[in-house]
Amino acid sequence: MTDPTHKPAGITPSQTVGPYYAYGLTPRGAYAFRDAFADPVATADCEGTRIKLTGHIYDGDGKAIPDAMIEIWQADSAGRYAHPRDNRARANSSFKGFGRCGADKNGGYAFETIMPGIVPGPDGKPQAPHVVVCLFARGMLRHLYTRIYFADAAAANAADPILALVPADRRNTLIAKRAGDGAYTFDIHIQGGDETVFFDV
Amino acid sequence: MSLIYPRSSNAAHPAYDFADYRSTGKRHPQKPLIIMPHTLSELTGPVYGHDAVRDNEFDLTMQHKAEPLGERIIVTGRVLDEDGRPQPNTLVEIWQANSAGRYIHVVDQHPAPLDPNFTGAGRAVTNADGRYRFVTIKPGAYPWGNHPNAWRPNHIHFSLFGPSFLSRIVTQMYFPGDPLFAFDPIFNSVPDAKARDRMVCRFDLDVTKPDWALGYQFDIVLRGRNATPTEEPHDD
Ligand SMILES: [Fe+3]
Repeated sequence: MTDPTHKPAGITPSQTVGPYYAYGLTPRGAYAFRDAFADPVATADCEGTRIKLTGHIYDGDGKAIPDAMIEIWQADSAGRYAHPRDNRARANSSFKGFGRCGADKNGGYAFETIMPGIVPGPDGKPQAPHVVVCLFARGMLRHLYTRIYFADAAAANAADPILALVPADRRNTLIAKRAGDGAYTFDIHIQGGDETVFFDV
Repeated sequence: MSLIYPRSSNAAHPAYDFADYRSTGKRHPQKPLIIMPHTLSELTGPVYGHDAVRDNEFDLTMQHKAEPLGERIIVTGRVLDEDGRPQPNTLVEIWQANSAGRYIHVVDQHPAPLDPNFTGAGRAVTNADGRYRFVTIKPGAYPWGNHPNAWRPNHIHFSLFGPSFLSRIVTQMYFPGDPLFAFDPIFNSVPDAKARDRMVCRFDLDVTKPDWALGYQFDIVLRGRNATPTEEPHDD
């Protein structure tokens, strides 16, 4: 019997997503299971600048990782999160702020979304526009957290309290490059000389 | 209600680098992770409630023309936070091999049969008591290439969001008494024996349905505690 007063002794540990998550988590018409998440992330009713975010995921040998999965979480164009903890959230918006993409055979991913706004940060300091990332893969026993900032927000990036925690010579690994009108590229290197900054949260 | 996410709770997780699981070698960061405070960006997260799930998605035995082969089972449990409080309205996604240990995924070429009546994917949302429930078949063990004669214990993959992006978890549920536990580097990547045990479900005769299916209980504890100023601060 389940004892409702029982207090857990700890959290459930993480295990790898493995190589076979796609038919459950990102079927995308390739398997007989419905997708739970809308793709693209941007919905018809959401205001803001439409952007396309693409990139590749690489291992320590610089080889593309085809069995990785990337999830993004972001604010809307006014910097509001679609979540009860953000009391500025718009109740009626269909913009969920969440996207999930399984890597293709070249380790590539793509999201169609909107440019997030300025988000409140610690001590009332604003945070530069950014997207929070969870990265999963076969060979990863735990997911990794990173963030995507945008190259054309240089002034806001320079004042961002989280980027300020990152050694100056590694900050560029967190900044998506402009690749044309509304297009940005952000590659992730799990290991090696260009290793992306990951956060201990 | 406001939650905090003590960093110390992460000690339950495996290290990123675990030599016995060979694929971690080129897939773990070698530079130090940057410790950062939890901002609104991390303390919020995707919200997917009952509208995200359709009626037949909790029952993996009813998604095709006929029933899949194998031992029918019920897997149910509660999703809790670290204070033991139930987490309602939380999306639970699962995927698994069929009863022969074969995944429907195109990359799985293990010479065991596919089952035309089994995809192996399901989803459910927790109710007001934090409880979810799946009907499925017991997945088979399967070989993998990590080392000679390597076999994964029977397991079901679980993915949950919980109250924030900090409570996000992907894990695997194992079955009690599996003889393969001692030989599985993924299971043994979790350093603490008690934490490993939290990934093992429990047989429950009360969940078992006579003449129909064996029942198992699997509670999942997510990161997150009640924010009490006297407890560990979240920016430790
Ligand atoms: Fe598996």
